[in-house]
Amino acid sequence: MRPDLQLVANLIQPHTRVLDLGCGEGELLDNLQREKSVIGYGLDKDEDNIRICLARGVNVIEQDLDRGLGNFEDNAFDMVIMTETIQSVKEPRGLLKEMLRVGRECVVTFPNFGHWRCRLQLAGQGKMPVSEHLPHRWFDTPNIHLCTFSDFESLCADLHMRVIQRRVVNQQHDERSFINLAPNLFGSYGFYHLGSTT
Amino acid sequence: MTAPDATSVGLVSPLLFQYKQPFALQNGTVLPSFDLVYETYGELNQAKSNAVLICHALSGHHHAAGYHQGDRKPGWWEHCIGPGKAMDTNKLFVVSVNNLGGCHGSTGPRSTNPDTGQPYGPEFPQVVVKDWVASQALLANHLNIDHFLAVVGGSLGGMQALQWSIDFPQRVHNAVLIATAAKLTAQNIAFNEIARQAITTDPDYRAGNYRIEDTNPDRGLMLARMIGHVTYLSDDGMANRFGRELKSGDIDNAGDVEFQVESYLHHQGRSFTQRFDANTYLLMTRALDFFDPARETSGDLVAAFEQAQARFLVMSFTTDWRFSPERSKEIVDALIAAGKDVASTVIDSEHGHDSFLLPIDRYTSALRAYLDHAYNVTVRHKGP
Repeated sequence: MRPDLQLVANLIQPHTRVLDLGCGEGELLDNLQREKSVIGYGLDKDEDNIRICLARGVNVIEQDLDRGLGNFEDNAFDMVIMTETIQSVKEPRGLLKEMLRVGRECVVTFPNFGHWRCRLQLAGQGKMPVSEHLPHRWFDTPNIHLCTFSDFESLCADLHMRVIQRRVVNQQHDERSFINLAPNLFGSYGFYHLGSTT
Repeated sequence: MTAPDATSVGLVSPLLFQYKQPFALQNGTVLPSFDLVYETYGELNQAKSNAVLICHALSGHHHAAGYHQGDRKPGWWEHCIGPGKAMDTNKLFVVSVNNLGGCHGSTGPRSTNPDTGQPYGPEFPQVVVKDWVASQALLANHLNIDHFLAVVGGSLGGMQALQWSIDFPQRVHNAVLIATAAKLTAQNIAFNEIARQAITTDPDYRAGNYRIEDTNPDRGLMLARMIGHVTYLSDDGMANRFGRELKSGDIDNAGDVEFQVESYLHHQGRSFTQRFDANTYLLMTRALDFFDPARETSGDLVAAFEQAQARFLVMSFTTDWRFSPERSKEIVDALIAAGKDVASTVIDSEHGHDSFLLPIDRYTSALRAYLDHAYNVTVRHKGP
């Protein structure tokens, strides 16, 4: 399993209710259904992803995240997961709020726009950053709401969300100690486990 | 008959199940006995774990796949059922049944009422989806099928698959609900009532006793079918198919003008009168209107699903406005709230409600992917 998904999977308790936003090919849910007997659902809108999910027996629901989560009750899930998707939705702020309405806790992972390579390209060459962890050029990227760790944490504070755990990894999904000296500079991906402050 | 290709089940013949004991219906009436006509495709395996039940829609019947002797046209779901198809008869044993109250061989308004020696006609009791499911379960017993790998249906057929999951939770591993609803909207009931009025106000309807009086409400039945047909298509679908093409006449010169779409509807309506019974049409539309499995749980669909054990696949089509994707979403949301296994997809199609009968790639490949997995889990590697 993708290393970032493994990090998420480690957080999930057996027999809990899980919602995966932008579940892709259903790798995480497939694993959680088999290993942890969760009651899990994944939302996705890509036709190929949906077919692959069906073929592996994942509970995939065709639903566009930009149309919100209004169809789910408050606290319907123990954990709401969104891996590397928040940067491509129309209203990240609204969706984050919704995640903590329908779930008790949530996990969000995303690429860090404050990584030193990004900063170097923008400051040094005056160009929009293109790197291994952000491979798209400005005109063909699905990533319309990129942010840095620092930006994301400000938003969490705004929304009165509590960061239960933050983990920062490099391109290889290693957690080298130097990254944590200046995570917003050295970290490629952020992994945030969030809950409500109340 | 067209030479059947390798992806068709080929020549098939209907079979008859005779239930010779009293059968109590939901409305209290008791049928002294009943017949169901059905077809099967593929082989039932030794463990009897590969059976799939097909439930038909309003104007459907048991002949879902293959060819009857002398016919040029295959069954109504030919593109979904056959060797290598989404419902793969190399692996699955498919059972397709004509419902009680139908007019294709099962006991219905055309059958003889043992009390009078005359056709039941309008006296045939109103059956509902729950009755169909109960009678199908008796057929399953007769075939020694303890549980179905899947119960599959579109439209009114989807309602039966849904009811199966509630009434016989242990007997359904998977329920596939296509272009259906947990209950009809007022608009949908309204269309059914217009169709019924078209039939019952036809002077040849004779209060339903048209067969005894040797007439047939052809005009009413034709009109009912034409109305129905328009609602099964979409605006864009009709525009693309017929446009404003003329069949005959000349708009610039006054006279009889017939648009292609009119000719098409006339043909659909007329051919329907040849193959369908008016009393059955009334009965089937009523069964559609009455369907509401949540009524037993005070309108709470989540509670209605509580006892279901099946996994669900719910599919709908973007331009279907008679059984819109919203109706499917209601089912999906209730299943999620009830903590049931459910997957769902909304297929892009311009063909409206009729889409569920058409060979649409994304639709059939989603169905195939889902059923292949179900088969692999339940039949091939039967779990502990």
